[in-house]
Amino acid sequence: MTSTAERPLSPHVTIYKWGPHMTVSILHRITGGAITVAGLAVLAWWLISLAGGAATFGEFVKLAQTPVGMIILVGLTWAFFQHLFSGLRHLVLDTGAGYELKVNRFWAIMTLAGSLFATAATWYFLAGVGK
Amino acid sequence: MSQGESATPLGKVRGLGSAHEGGGHWLEERFTSVALILLSFWLLFSLFMLPNFEFGTLKEWLGSAWGAIPMALFVITAFKHGLDGLKVAVDDYVHDEGNRIALHYLLTMAAIGGAAAALFALARIVFGPAAA
Repeated sequence: MTSTAERPLSPHVTIYKWGPHMTVSILHRITGGAITVAGLAVLAWWLISLAGGAATFGEFVKLAQTPVGMIILVGLTWAFFQHLFSGLRHLVLDTGAGYELKVNRFWAIMTLAGSLFATAATWYFLAGVGK
Repeated sequence: MSQGESATPLGKVRGLGSAHEGGGHWLEERFTSVALILLSFWLLFSLFMLPNFEFGTLKEWLGSAWGAIPMALFVITAFKHGLDGLKVAVDDYVHDEGNRIALHYLLTMAAIGGAAAALFALARIVFGPAAA
């Protein structure tokens, strides 16, 4: 559908003051895209390397433990938790709850704090157990 | 499907959003999301319970029913949910109808291909020759 110049347009993102709920909204899409494209590729690669035997699995582990590999894995862990917590918030919002300004803002910030905490806790645990 | 000039106001409203279909896709995305919450907790809990991430340990875990069945469900559900999400993003940003359908088609093929590869690998872990 082509829009004509005379048609009124509803206000879009550029006129609103930026807030945590908008950050969380766009992060939900970005992290969802990242864990779908990169995360599922890593998952499939990990399973394929396991199916290939000890040697191919060793190659996967070697690549995963490089600095770039670690940055990708930690980044995907954060993206996963951010999408999970933001997704839980969306399921609540879908019921019509949580739209009050302060409540909405609070839980948006909590998904950001929660994902950072969960990512740190996960890798602290993995490093601590010596896996 | 394009709406001609002859479409009635009711016809334009009924079930024709940006994705040109009703709420089924939206609901399905929620169903898979709830399943993925459960399966994700299973995956995290399982990884935390493993004594180490050595080849033998992982192969034994994924070779068992308690590892293989939830992992197969996780693979299928995650690829389905990811595909649904990417399709919505395409609907929002790609306005040309031909490109939109072509991208939906490419994403669907990539998702089915990726899921098939992951499931084949899992089947090989469970049923395949015991690789050294």
